[in-house]
Amino acid sequence: MNELSESLALALGLVVSADAGLRAIAGLSLRVSGTAVLIASALALPFGAWLALARFPGRQGVIVVLNGMMGLPPVVVGLLIYLLLSRAGPLGALGILFTPAAMIAAQAVLIFPIIAALARQVIEDAWAEYHEEFLSLNATRWQCAQALLWDMRFSLSTAVMAGFGRAIAEVGAVMIVGGNIDGVTRVMTTAIALETSKGDLPLALALGAVLIVLVIAINAAAQTVKILAVKRHG
Amino acid sequence: MADSILPLAVEGLSFRAGETSVIEDVSFRIERGSRTLVIGPNGAGKSVLLRLLHGLLQPTAGKVRWNDRAFDVARRSQAMVFQRPVMLRRSVIENVIFALRIAGNGGHSEQLAHAALERVGLAQLARRPARVLSGGEQQRLALARAWALEPEVLFLDEPTASLDPAATRAIEEAIGAVHAAGTTIVMTTHDLGQAKRIADTVMVMHRGHLLEATPAGEFFNQPRSPQAAAFIRGELIW
Repeated sequence: MNELSESLALALGLVVSADAGLRAIAGLSLRVSGTAVLIASALALPFGAWLALARFPGRQGVIVVLNGMMGLPPVVVGLLIYLLLSRAGPLGALGILFTPAAMIAAQAVLIFPIIAALARQVIEDAWAEYHEEFLSLNATRWQCAQALLWDMRFSLSTAVMAGFGRAIAEVGAVMIVGGNIDGVTRVMTTAIALETSKGDLPLALALGAVLIVLVIAINAAAQTVKILAVKRHG
Repeated sequence: MADSILPLAVEGLSFRAGETSVIEDVSFRIERGSRTLVIGPNGAGKSVLLRLLHGLLQPTAGKVRWNDRAFDVARRSQAMVFQRPVMLRRSVIENVIFALRIAGNGGHSEQLAHAALERVGLAQLARRPARVLSGGEQQRLALARAWALEPEVLFLDEPTASLDPAATRAIEEAIGAVHAAGTTIVMTTHDLGQAKRIADTVMVMHRGHLLEATPAGEFFNQPRSPQAAAFIRGELIW
């Protein structure tokens, strides 16, 4: 209990004093996870919409695999990206291992299935309501997918936020491909892991508290925008 | 009109959903410029019949011939207004523009959409989000969206089923204007008064069978089937 209150006081102190180290770590966390979400969303939303509308043999199998991949272990994704990006790996020439770019790649791979699977479900549910109208208008599958992605944007924002939550909270993948290098690839979660292993539990807990507040604040902002938009557009 | 998709000739049309027969061996013709109202109780097969004609469902037997035009050619000359129309989450005018763009009419879509909204009295609501309109306004928007495509045939599936008399009247007036502009109307209803106000020809569906297709004047004075006579007398048929 004493440790907990000590940690909260420390967290508050770090935030109030606008600690430069904390700002750098939190800033990198947001930059890496935010970019990963943008990249993953740009690919996963159209893929989810395509899978929702496409009909082909084995489609159910693809859906099962995609849904299953929502639970991809971050360390495994980190390891795979590490092998791809290591000097002997097929993408070794890029030279991005142990840089934020590698961390972005790992997180994008990790959250692609989450955003794609949730988008597939949202679009498929909407399709049940929209399909007769769209068929009547002679819309192509691609036109349907585009229109549904735009029309379901408020529901899909939840899928994107789920991806963001997963990305910013994971430690395994960024630890492996980033290396937790101070001032270069250290993010909130790897810093927490490091402080824990050093035995500085109050600082680790304080960083954890800051991370949780940060994630809640971002979700609250996104939810507020969503509520206002839904109120406006119905 | 040499390239007209009408007359429509329906021959031996049947539709089964699993073991249940929904439409059973239905044949009729629809001429250009007519207003055909399909009446009958719930579950008679009216909505399914419209969907078969519009190509949203494939018949299990029989033919739908659009003056020997290919299916996709015929489909582009048709539009449909549903009982619960889908309103896209965008403005009223963008709902119409969306339909025009899909039809390949993107060039002047803004002006065309505005003209369509004018015709149904929704021009002043053009920038309003479509989903916050009342039920009657949404149905008028659905009608404007269909009308903007200038279809040769307009299908309407119980377009006033859940509307109050004022909204129903607005829709009926708009349907009258669409027809006056040269569009053939095929519409389902279970409102006998509405059939009387709109129809040139009345088709009576009952348990998947077409009981009769009769000119409206004759139908209301002397229906050919006992079920239709009972329906006109206000008796419940099912």
